[in-house]
Amino acid sequence: MQYDVAEPRGRLIDERRTDFMTWADRVSPAAFIMPAVLVILALSIFPLIVSVYLSLARVKFEKGGVTVTFIGLLNYKKLLFGTQQFHLIGTLMPITPLGWTFVSIAVALLALWLVTTARHGVASIGLVGRLLVAVAVVALVLLVAATASEGGQLGTIGVTLTYVLIGVCVQYGLGLGLALLCVQNLRGRGFFRVVFFLPMMITPVGVAYTFRMLTDTTKGPFAPLWQWVGLGDFAWAATAWGARVAVMIGDAWQWTPFMFIVLLAAIEGQPREQVEAANVDGANHWQIFRFITWPAIMPVTITLVLIRVIEAFKIVDLPNVLTNGGPGIASESMTLHAYSAWRALDIGGSAAIAYMLMFIVTFFCVAFVNLVRARPAGAATGPQR
Amino acid sequence: MKQWKRLGMAVALSAACGALGMAGPAAAQLKYDGVTVNVVTFTGPQIAEPLQRRAPDFQKLTGAKINVITVPFSDFYNKLLNDFATGTNSYDATVFAPQWMVDFIEPGYLQDITDRVKADAALKWNDIGPFFRDFSATYNGKVYTIPLDGDFQMVYYRSDLLKQANMAPPKTWDDYIAIAKAFQGKDLDGDGKPDYGSCIAKKRSAQSYWMVLSVAGGFLQSKGTGQGLFFDTETMAPLVNNEAFKAALKVYVETTKYAPPDEINLDVGDTRGLFTSGRCALTLDWGDIGTLAVDPTTSKVQDKVGAVVLPGSSKVLDRASGKLVDCTKETCPYAVDGINHAPFAAFGGWSGAINAAKDQKVKDAAYDFLSYMSQPEQANVDVTIGKTGFNPYRTSQFESLDLWLKAGMSKAAAENYLGAIKDSLNSPNMVLDLRVPQNQRYEQVVLDTAVARLLAGEIDVDKAATEIETGWNEATEELGKDAQLKAYRAALGVK
Repeated sequence: MQYDVAEPRGRLIDERRTDFMTWADRVSPAAFIMPAVLVILALSIFPLIVSVYLSLARVKFEKGGVTVTFIGLLNYKKLLFGTQQFHLIGTLMPITPLGWTFVSIAVALLALWLVTTARHGVASIGLVGRLLVAVAVVALVLLVAATASEGGQLGTIGVTLTYVLIGVCVQYGLGLGLALLCVQNLRGRGFFRVVFFLPMMITPVGVAYTFRMLTDTTKGPFAPLWQWVGLGDFAWAATAWGARVAVMIGDAWQWTPFMFIVLLAAIEGQPREQVEAANVDGANHWQIFRFITWPAIMPVTITLVLIRVIEAFKIVDLPNVLTNGGPGIASESMTLHAYSAWRALDIGGSAAIAYMLMFIVTFFCVAFVNLVRARPAGAATGPQR
Repeated sequence: MKQWKRLGMAVALSAACGALGMAGPAAAQLKYDGVTVNVVTFTGPQIAEPLQRRAPDFQKLTGAKINVITVPFSDFYNKLLNDFATGTNSYDATVFAPQWMVDFIEPGYLQDITDRVKADAALKWNDIGPFFRDFSATYNGKVYTIPLDGDFQMVYYRSDLLKQANMAPPKTWDDYIAIAKAFQGKDLDGDGKPDYGSCIAKKRSAQSYWMVLSVAGGFLQSKGTGQGLFFDTETMAPLVNNEAFKAALKVYVETTKYAPPDEINLDVGDTRGLFTSGRCALTLDWGDIGTLAVDPTTSKVQDKVGAVVLPGSSKVLDRASGKLVDCTKETCPYAVDGINHAPFAAFGGWSGAINAAKDQKVKDAAYDFLSYMSQPEQANVDVTIGKTGFNPYRTSQFESLDLWLKAGMSKAAAENYLGAIKDSLNSPNMVLDLRVPQNQRYEQVVLDTAVARLLAGEIDVDKAATEIETGWNEATEELGKDAQLKAYRAALGVK
C-alpha cells in the first residue's frame, strides 16, 4: 500500500510492466510453439490437404510444371468399382455355400458381441463405434469369402491386412517368447539379448535382398538343403502364398526384435514384489504370467502393437525387392500399389490409394485402441472374482 | 631424349583432341576445366559401366568431370520427367530410352542437337545404322539423341546341344517350344543336375514386358513396319483382344513350363547368368548374350552359342476379323518359307540426350561426352564387351569382323551373331516399339501387370487380353485419343 501512495509514477510504470508481463505470459506459449506449428503445417498438414486435392484430380506433366485437372471421385471410382478394382479390392467371385456359412457364423458372433456389449451398458457413442467395427469385420469376411472362391484373388487391401494381422501377431508372439526367455536366469542371455536385437539394425532393403537370396532354391545358400528335402523345383516367389509367407518371414525376422526389446523392458519393469508373493503362495509360471505379468505389460503391449500395426500397414520394401509384388499382384501391399501408380505418373490414383490406406489405418487403430483399452481393467478384476 | 618425349606427348594429345573434334591441344585440355556434367542412367551395372569407365579418360582430355548418377530402371522415367518438369534440373544429360523421347521433346526438355551432329566429323554420324539415326535419335526431323546402343531381341540357342540332338534352330515359336521341351530337365552343363529348356526374363516391374511383345510380333504384324504392332492405325483400337495376341500369350505361358521354377521372378541379369553358365538351351534377349557368351571370366558356353532372328508364325492376324489366317503372299508379303518373322526393336537402344535448360558450357561438355562415347574409337570396343550392355549399332561394327575376333568370338560365332542382327536390322517387317506419350503406362503398367497375372495363374489368356485392351483404351481416352493416334501414326511413318 505504501508503494501506491508514495510513488504514483513508479506504480504506473510497474502496472505497465505488469500488464506487459501478463501479456507476455499470455502470448509466449503461442509464440514459442508457433515455429513448431508452422513447420508441422508446412511439412505435414499442408501436403495432407494438397494430396486430398490430388486424389480428386488428374495430374499431367507439361512444360514448366504440371497441370492438375479436377475429376471428382473418378480415381476412387476406378479403384473401387472400375478397372483397378481387381488390384485394390481383389477379384471377387460368387461366394460358395461354405463361404456363406463362414460369413453367417461371423455375423452371428458379431451380433452376439454387440448384444452383450449393449447389455453391459456401454455408452451410445461406444455402441455406434462397435457397430462400425462389426460392419467393417463383416465387410472383411465377405471380402475373404469372395476372394477365396474359385477364380477369386486377393487385392492389395487383402494382402496388406494379411501382412498386418498375421505378421504382427507372429512378431508379437515371437518377441514375447524371446523376452520371457531372456528374463530367465540362463547362461549367455546377455549375448542373446544383443543377437536378437541385431536384425532391426539392418536396412529393410538389405533384409529384403538377404531373404531374396535365402529363398532362392536353385542357387541361394540354402539350395543344397532345398534340394536335399526335395524342394529343388520349388520357388517361393512363384506361388501366391509362398511369396506372401516369404514376405511375412522377412518382416518377422526384422521386426520381432522391436517387440522383443520393448517387451523385455516391460517384463523386467514389472513389480517384483507381486511375483515373489505369488511364488510364496505357490503360483505356477502360467498363473504368474496370466495374472501378474500379462496385466503389467498390457499398456506397453497396446502401444507396441499399435506402433507395429501402423508400420506394418505401410510395408513396401520387402515385397518390392523380394517379390516385386508378384507372382502377378499376389504379394503387393497397398503402399507398393500406390508406389507403382506414382511411378507410372498416375499421381491422382496414387494419392487415392494412399488416402484409402490412411482411412483403413485410422479406423483400425482407433477401433483397436478403443476396444483393447477397456480390457486390462476387466483382466485385472478377473482373478479377484 | 626429354625433347622427344615432350614431342611424343604433344602428338598424342593432338591426336586425342583431333578425335574429339576440338580446336587444339591447349584449348582442348582446358576447355571444360571446372565443369561438372551430371549424367543419369539406370542402375545397371550395364550401360552405366562404360560411362563410368570412360568418364576419367574424358576428364583427362577435356577437364570436364562426368558424374554418372544411376537410378533403378523402374523409377527412371518417373525421376527424369519429375526432375525436368519441376525445373529441378539436377541432371545435365541422360542416357535413356529413346522410346520415351516424345514425353521429353514435346515440352522442350531436350536440346535439339541437329546442327551439332552435322558439324561433328568425329562422331561419324552416317556410320550409325539408319534405323538408329531415324528412330532412336530423330523426332519430327530433328536430332535429339546420340545412339550408344543398338537393341533388337533375338533368340539364342546352344549350338552344341542342337547339333548333338540333330535339331535345327527355331524358326517358329512352335519350334522354340519343341526344343525347350526336349532339353528341359536334362543336364546341359555337365554338373549332373537337371537344367532348363528355356530361360526368359519374366519378372514384373523390370524389363520383361518386351519379351511377350517379341513373341507377339510374328503373329500380329506381317505387312511391314508401318502396319504397327500395338494399335489399329485408323482407330487406335488395341490389337490385343484377338486370336493372334492370345496365341502369343499361350506360347509365352507355355515356355514357362520348360524353364527354371522361379522364372517369373527372373530379370534379364538372372537369365543371362543362367544361359552363359550353361544351364539353359534357349533364351530370348537383346544382343548382350552374344558378347557375354565369349567372356572367359563368366561364360561356360564359349563358341557354343548361336543366334537367330526372332521366330515367327505361319499364321498371322487378319485385322478385319481378329482371326488368325494362313500366311500367303497377300497376308505375309515378307514371309520366309511361309513363316512371318517380325524382329522387334525393343526399347530402341540406349541413347544420350542433353537437358535444354542447362548452361551452354555444361551442354557443350555433355554433348562432347556423349559424342566421345559414340565415336567408333570407343563404341567399337564397348559393343564387343558383354558387361557394357551396348550392342552393335554402327555399320563399321557389323563390317569389321576383327573387332569380334579380338573380343574372343570365333569367326563362325561372329558371323552367326552379326548375321542374326543384320537379318533383324534389314527386315522390312521390323516391329517398332511403342512411341506415344506416356508409352510406359501402356507397356510398363498395363501390359506388364496383366502378363504377370497371367503367368502367375491369376487370370487366363482371355481375361489377360481383355484387361490389356481395357487398360490401353482407358489410357488413350485419358491422354486424348486424337493426340495419341497422331503420335502413333507419326512414329510408324503413316501419312
